Amino acid sequence: MDMNEIKEIFFQECEEQLAELESGLLKLNDGDRDPETVNAVFRAVHSIKGGAGAFGLDDLVSFAHVFETTLDCVRSNKLEPTQDVLKVMLKSADVLADLTNAARDGGSVDEARSRTLIRELEALANGEVPAAAEAPASKPAVAAPKAAAPAPVVEKPAVNDEGFQPIPFSFGDFDEEPADRYVPTCQILFRPKKDLYAKGNEAALLLRDLSRLGEMSIYCDMDSLPPLDKMNPEEAYFSWKISVTTDKGEDGVRTVFEFAEWDCDLDIRTIEEEVVGEAANEEELPMQPVPFDLSILDEGGSTGSDEEPAVIESDAAAAVAAAETVSKVAQVASRAAENAKAAASAASAAQANQAAAAGQTIRVDLDRVDRLINLVGELVINQAMLSQSVVENDTNGTSSINMGLEELQQLTREIQDSVMAIRAQPVKPVFQRMARTVREIADITGKSVRLITEGENTEVDKTVIDKLAEPLTHMIRNAVDHGLEMPEKREALGKNPEGTVRLTAKHRSGRIVIELADDGAGINREKVRQKAIDNDLIAADANLSDEEIDNLIFHAGFSTADKVSDLSGRGVGMDVVKRSIQALGGRISISSKPGQGSVFTMSLPLTLAVLDGMVVTVAGQTLVVPLTAIVETLQPEASAIHSFGASQRLISIRNSFCPLVDVGRILNFRNTQANPMDGVALLVESEGGGQRALMVDAIQGQRQVVIKSLEANYTHVPGIAAATILGDGRVALILDVDAVVAASRGQSLRQDISLAATG
Amino acid sequence: MTYAANNLTHGRELIAFRIGDQEFCVNVMSVREIRGWTPATSMPHAPSYVLGVINLRGAVLPIVDLSLRLGMKPAEPTVRHVIIVAQVGTRVVGLLVDAVSDILTVTDDNMQPTPDIANEAAKAYARGILAIEGRMICLIELDALFPHTESEAA
Repeated sequence: MDMNEIKEIFFQECEEQLAELESGLLKLNDGDRDPETVNAVFRAVHSIKGGAGAFGLDDLVSFAHVFETTLDCVRSNKLEPTQDVLKVMLKSADVLADLTNAARDGGSVDEARSRTLIRELEALANGEVPAAAEAPASKPAVAAPKAAAPAPVVEKPAVNDEGFQPIPFSFGDFDEEPADRYVPTCQILFRPKKDLYAKGNEAALLLRDLSRLGEMSIYCDMDSLPPLDKMNPEEAYFSWKISVTTDKGEDGVRTVFEFAEWDCDLDIRTIEEEVVGEAANEEELPMQPVPFDLSILDEGGSTGSDEEPAVIESDAAAAVAAAETVSKVAQVASRAAENAKAAASAASAAQANQAAAAGQTIRVDLDRVDRLINLVGELVINQAMLSQSVVENDTNGTSSINMGLEELQQLTREIQDSVMAIRAQPVKPVFQRMARTVREIADITGKSVRLITEGENTEVDKTVIDKLAEPLTHMIRNAVDHGLEMPEKREALGKNPEGTVRLTAKHRSGRIVIELADDGAGINREKVRQKAIDNDLIAADANLSDEEIDNLIFHAGFSTADKVSDLSGRGVGMDVVKRSIQALGGRISISSKPGQGSVFTMSLPLTLAVLDGMVVTVAGQTLVVPLTAIVETLQPEASAIHSFGASQRLISIRNSFCPLVDVGRILNFRNTQANPMDGVALLVESEGGGQRALMVDAIQGQRQVVIKSLEANYTHVPGIAAATILGDGRVALILDVDAVVAASRGQSLRQDISLAATG
Repeated sequence: MTYAANNLTHGRELIAFRIGDQEFCVNVMSVREIRGWTPATSMPHAPSYVLGVINLRGAVLPIVDLSLRLGMKPAEPTVRHVIIVAQVGTRVVGLLVDAVSDILTVTDDNMQPTPDIANEAAKAYARGILAIEGRMICLIELDALFPHTESEAA
């Protein structure tokens, strides 16, 4: 695994952390004050910072560090997460996402924006700390240590390359003591878990770093070490009781354990001198200092931590006595220092365990999944063919073969469903991205908007998710920019000044339905109508229903906004949205009530790998026409067919004339025009607008087909969108309706035919 | 060219097949499998030697009439015809031939340079001639028959 692969994994994890971060912040925004939520948010930023440090992504590290510092104030209850605070934090999360993207794909970020946010975050962190009172205890935060796990944690100079000053802040429980009067002793109980070693951390290195903080005495607790024959080499058996005298304080100690914190039980207490003294009076030996030869670490480098008992050769009895002593001291200390922080750290450890248990996932290359889906699809076809031939050959077939085949059929169906489910993903990431879009547009337009999302866990094929973001962003922009009124106007109308945009996803009859509703002004039908007349889209005296007027906004080049803003109304409008939804095999509709808002409803297929098609016959060939393109089918009557020009023919459908297109002719399957009366006409609506009647010989039926690429082994064929495999195992071609319609307008289908000749 | 061809085929195994009364061979390494003829779905606007596409375990496989592609008369596929599924570059192509006749292990000694004949097309794909047991077998370079440049441009 080379560095780039590791980096790629890091960025994948970053995406997850960013999603976690955003959802956590949004929860806080909704009034959730669960310390776990704060911890989760903190952890997300912290992990990004750690990983970024390992890859030397300084911009990311420095921003994450400031962010983390401010979050820590929230975590330690010094900063109340008010709406204003969270607004800054959400923006910071956006910038963090930008920085991550910039680090991955190159490109630059808005420097000014991140600087402003850094200042705001610093202000927040500082604002809650009364500088005068806390000054003696305030210590410069230690700049981000490098995260590479095996490497020793090195303290960087307090001012890093970015030139920002780390924010002075303090930890409440520590500050209770006048820290500068004496050098405090920290007593640390450090019990690594198996995970610590599994993640490449090394207890010995942590201890060595700790020794740099000040005078240290250390005791290794080996009680839990089983006999050699019962020992699991991957288990962690030792724990250490460390007492270190340092002026770095508890936060200095925590910094050492920064990247191991969640993989060990860590209990750090600052021993007040009196307490230590008391304990010393009670027992002769409050702490048995064990000489700890650190030099051996430097020689060994990778000395396994479990080998260390060899170093600490101590008398077993003395060790037990010392352990008792230490535990007493710890009890005294814990009474003295019982505070929220200890509870929080315990809770966070518990949470980490829980998270590890719950989210068991693996990352799999999409290609592998696709290959599996391919093979399972083939299995289903094969099974169908097998059943068919058994039924044909075995007339008195009540045999066990038939029973077995039925079971096989159920099994294959089940396998197919399960495999398809692998590709399904919740729409949550897209919806979360929309939250950001709403925030940004609300900021620019000066409107106050609340985004409510429902059904985030609705699952749909990954390819659909990927292609959903763009049209959805566009529609959200429209909804906020054009749909919602300004707060003052809303108030005047007696509405909540804060507008609501509701984004819902749900499954309905084998499709996913996404609804985008706003409580804005709704569509101004008069204006739309006027605009349509101005643009010659409709006749001035046309009599249109409300619904028809609403649907006018899907026409090309239609924008009702009076002024062209940065956000929307640049000439690309709802027609683009409609087209991209249609390209996904979806439909979009709108319903609007003046003064109450508009609802856009999109219905999309659950997967792009499968298509609803009509199987037709053209000149002896079997073709599949995508069902989404077909408006209706009809049997032409002789009286409805009219010749037009030399070779054109029109069909009259309810008094409107529609050109007839002979599919067999266009695809060169036959040389002469077919007789329309012998076939069936499929009325289709095409991309360029307008309807065409496609002539086919016969309709075989409707079925779901699995889309197969022609390009993989062959080349693009004009007029053909893709191929599929029918139940009999033969390949059928899927018609590219738009291309065929375009060809019928006289554009040649054969333009790239020389390329098709490659075989 | 002869040198390259010799190096290319040094100690290699080849699959020999028959089209009409002529024998040809291709490198065994480029052959994925050999299967019987199944009717192909014809493609619109395809060149005459592309017979259409078939279903190869879920993948769409174009079938090329090798006889026509090599400038001979078109094949009339029967159940006795076979399809050699060959890897050409990143693609997989099915080659329709009359029959697979042999698997040969050849060394440089067996190879003779392509005779200097007028047919440019034949010279382009023929990489050499083998003389084995009184038969003449022509080694075909598939990459030359289905060049990458064109396929990538598509």
